[in-house]
Amino acid sequence: MDRVSDRGKAKLDKQQSPQVSRRHFLTASAAIGVLPAGVEIASAQQAIEPPAQLTRTITLNVNERRRAAEIDLRSTLLDVLRDKLSLTGSKMGCDHGQCGACTVHIDGKRQLACLTLSVSAEERDIVTIEGVASRERLHPMQQAFIDNDALQCGYCTPGQIMSAIACVREGHASNADEIREYMSGNLCRCAAYPNIVAAIEQAAPKMGRG
Amino acid sequence: MRPFDYQRPARTAHAINVAASQDAGGIRVQYLAGGTILLDLMKLDVVRPSLLVDISRLEDAGLRGIDRVRGGLRFGALVTMAELAADRGVARDYPVITQSLQLGASAQLRNMASLGGNVLQRTRCSYFRDVSYRQCNKRTPGSGCAALDGHHRSHAVLGVSNACIAAYPGDWAQALIALDARIEVIGAAGGRSLRFADLHRLPGATPHVETVLAPGDLITGFFIPEGPWRRSCYVKIRDRASYAFANASAAVALVLDGDRVTDVRIGLGGVATVPWRAVTAEAVLRGHMLDEATAQRAADAEFAAASARDQNTFKVPLGKATMVRALLEAKALEIGE
Repeated sequence: MDRVSDRGKAKLDKQQSPQVSRRHFLTASAAIGVLPAGVEIASAQQAIEPPAQLTRTITLNVNERRRAAEIDLRSTLLDVLRDKLSLTGSKMGCDHGQCGACTVHIDGKRQLACLTLSVSAEERDIVTIEGVASRERLHPMQQAFIDNDALQCGYCTPGQIMSAIACVREGHASNADEIREYMSGNLCRCAAYPNIVAAIEQAAPKMGRG
Repeated sequence: MRPFDYQRPARTAHAINVAASQDAGGIRVQYLAGGTILLDLMKLDVVRPSLLVDISRLEDAGLRGIDRVRGGLRFGALVTMAELAADRGVARDYPVITQSLQLGASAQLRNMASLGGNVLQRTRCSYFRDVSYRQCNKRTPGSGCAALDGHHRSHAVLGVSNACIAAYPGDWAQALIALDARIEVIGAAGGRSLRFADLHRLPGATPHVETVLAPGDLITGFFIPEGPWRRSCYVKIRDRASYAFANASAAVALVLDGDRVTDVRIGLGGVATVPWRAVTAEAVLRGHMLDEATAQRAADAEFAAASARDQNTFKVPLGKATMVRALLEAKALEIGE
């Protein structure tokens, strides 16, 4: 991934924080660290930059904000959320649609960001884990995951929560067996499954659906 | 992923023209709908299109409806698996269709995957999916088949050849083939309708040719002839309780007069190289009383032509037992009026 040109294009990201985030500091340091002495950063950008026709500027609707990014056509929605928009809550577990860690909502439906081309996600309403809490409080599903100790390492957790919220809204959380079946697309290697099911059972009535 | 160009035409006719003309010019073109198979295989470098034609936003009503029409049901090719699985009328009158969708993939994948793309899904053979294996007649015609003497536990026992034993992994296709579905295709030369059973080709000597579709052809819809198929079900046997491909599966639809079978349709998954209509088993059952013994005789007849290798011999008794179970479950269903 082209970290150096990410910094150069930060101006396109209207949400860029005035502070340098830890992520940007670390990736910039790493990029500079691998350059041989005397090589200018500008020529490194030319070497890494993809062919011009492979990139375009897209606008995505994410968490009720319009976000612009210059993207490689090959990038997935997951790539762009994490690497261009700094929304690192969605995780890359397998990058092949098998683990569910990258689950987001697109037009109200749970989908896998790793198998969605970013260019194909234009004009759709995208909600990530960063977008489910209100200003005042956590989403009932987030609170339920905490109350029920429904995570250990936490890596699958954003995808589990996004999947769980949608599962309840779909009406597929009426009992533990149904929850297990309709959450089967989200893997947890820490095996927090019993507590995830308990969390969903707790949150569903608070969301108004069972 | 290799570089590609991307277009998103607004009209179906334009999409087909772009795909057909680019293909004729030697550009490898793929239609992109849900992307659940295509992007996976592009990341593995198995599929290498130079141009993606994104059809996911095409607005033509014919691509998106679930409709009762004269003589049966019609589904648009861009309907998602989840949308069709949620249709209550289909669930009541054709439960085998609903169950074959519900038991496939995951909720997220079902929200993304189109019906048209679903039937075109590729095999899960680990040699096909890994380009570091040179021997794959599906990817590289004439290069050989690494699975024959390699790992083939999940491979087919029906419809195989000595060039390819890769299993067709889909579920919904078994309901389609059992119920005599037809598909609508539009291509450069116009529109046509064909039997779903004629879509897929046996591997034979040319496993790289999987369907009868021509470059630029686009599946636009599915037609299910109406039938008395409330007594139907889909049984799927897999290593896990959920979220895994079938080791063996059976789509069954039955019409009974007491215990006597007046009509029966059977589609078999997990055990064959293509969607598999069990015509031999059906012939054994028609007109006879259905019990475990006759079901077993029918299964034995269907699998008599099976050709297994060391690691997938279990698929013969498992495939038979799955068919028997599905027949007896369908027989036991309480059908309301």
